Amino acid sequence: MSEKSSMDIDYVANLARIELSPEEKNKFQGQLGEVLKYFEKLQEVDVEGVIPTAHAFPRFNVWDVDESVEGFTSIEALQNAPKSRNDQVVVPKVVEE
Amino acid sequence: MSDHSEIFSLTGSEISHGIDNGIFSSQEVTLAYLSRIREVDEKVHAFLSYDEDDMLRQAKLSDQRRASGKSLGPLDGVPVGLKDVISVKGQPLTAASKILKDYRSPYDATVTVKLRSAGAVVGGRLNLDEFAMGSSTENSAYGPTCNPWDLNRVPGGSSGGSAAAVAARETPFTLGSDTGGSIRQPASLCGVVGMKPTYGRVSRYGLAAFASSLDQIGPFAQTVEDAAHLLEIISGHDPLDSTSYPTDVSSFSKILNEPIKPCKLGLPKEFFGPGMDDEVRKSIDEVIQWYRQKGYELVEISLPTTELSVPVYYVIATAEASSNLARYDGIRYTTRSEKAENAIDVYAKSRGEGFGQEVKRRCILGAYGLSSGYYDAYYLRAQKTRTLIRDDFDKAFAQVDAILTPTSPTPAFKFGEKSEDPISMYLSDIYTISTNLAGLPGISVPCGFTENGLPVGMQLIGQAFEEGKLLSIAHDYDRELQFGRKQPNL
Repeated sequence: MSEKSSMDIDYVANLARIELSPEEKNKFQGQLGEVLKYFEKLQEVDVEGVIPTAHAFPRFNVWDVDESVEGFTSIEALQNAPKSRNDQVVVPKVVEE
Repeated sequence: MSDHSEIFSLTGSEISHGIDNGIFSSQEVTLAYLSRIREVDEKVHAFLSYDEDDMLRQAKLSDQRRASGKSLGPLDGVPVGLKDVISVKGQPLTAASKILKDYRSPYDATVTVKLRSAGAVVGGRLNLDEFAMGSSTENSAYGPTCNPWDLNRVPGGSSGGSAAAVAARETPFTLGSDTGGSIRQPASLCGVVGMKPTYGRVSRYGLAAFASSLDQIGPFAQTVEDAAHLLEIISGHDPLDSTSYPTDVSSFSKILNEPIKPCKLGLPKEFFGPGMDDEVRKSIDEVIQWYRQKGYELVEISLPTTELSVPVYYVIATAEASSNLARYDGIRYTTRSEKAENAIDVYAKSRGEGFGQEVKRRCILGAYGLSSGYYDAYYLRAQKTRTLIRDDFDKAFAQVDAILTPTSPTPAFKFGEKSEDPISMYLSDIYTISTNLAGLPGISVPCGFTENGLPVGMQLIGQAFEEGKLLSIAHDYDRELQFGRKQPNL
């Protein structure tokens, strides 16, 4: 991987858990390279000692009263699941043999 | 019963007034808009779906309430369309993505609850760029929305459907969401009013998240007065959104007619440089003249970090998006790839098949900016630069009451003009993006037309939680000029 304006597209697509077609990889490699080059402007900014902003109006320790409230029934919670059985979401096996 | 065409040309306030005075019923109003949608939406494609029976059922209940003297207020019986990222129990929410094509919301968003409490006829799911990522609505998996003023041009985005529906008179009110200009830019391109409130003013509970530190829900309408009414209804602290701000909501619509005098408007010199279309410049110059003549003081100010706002925004917004969109994983509530054989496959293939190109690009870019070795250079550096952008606004607001700029550097552009060039598309948000980074309220107000009949919008940016003042300054202009009342020929 060369300088900051290049990106190992296979590595990052895997981090993002997105499968790309060879055509997409090719296209994105070029487009995202351009975008990263554009982002290089940020490297010139003097941010020495500047506190980062995560939210415009940060709020900390937002507490809620600790009491139980009605939630979804399992039928409601599962209504959008692509596969379900016995009130549970069905997924492929995640443990190796 | 009034003629349908008389009804759909009215503003939200006029509809409300008409229902209140028994000139027409909510059912007549709802039928008029449904017939308008059938008439023009084949051309405009603002709506992804609408539930006619459900809308008429709500309208009937509203008429019954009114008949028994139990009206819930001015919005009772008035239709409000929602961008397809806002949850309405039992209704679809696709976010214009294939990955959510079969999803139905199991609960109401807080804004939906508030609209219901005000008696609104909640109806119609409006088109957008997939997951609100884009500035033209071309990124919708269900086809683009067309600009009602020129069907060969984009309506802007991402809330293109919400803006176009109001412009095409398919509904008097809509809600959109604004992360970097997604309410204001399409409002400008479609010739309607669109407002992004202060971050934390409106609850995000039930909004499909794009970039959580930037997203805000806001209103679209033909006039500033109507936008103020709708904003008042959806605002307020919500314990279900921990970033919602615990501050009082003033009656925005009541203080509209109390002009702020003396009032100083700032013109940021960095916004008036190259890149601005000549006709946009001409319209904004006329706005400046108008305010001057009315006794406002206009002064040049400087926001030196303006050119950094686009890169800062795209680092932060894509990082937050890559994290937020991790939930669309093919497991709990999205479509799942038929080809998946193991758990990683379920994620990667479902997302590969379900997401469109811009969403993939942004999730990958975001993952890169957050990845080991790059976090400090991109994400952290962008957050620090975000502080500098906020500081610029703080300094500006020590001098002025509001900032006046164009909303978009150009009027509506043609389909395909920018869709293969991400940077040129990203730059169409250059005037709106910094407002989100600083968390400030901003409003786009129609301020004229180009020679080809395309709308131009001005933007006013206000101090945090000073929506009342901002709306009053905007209304002062809008009630006299009323460009948003002009109707496109469809």
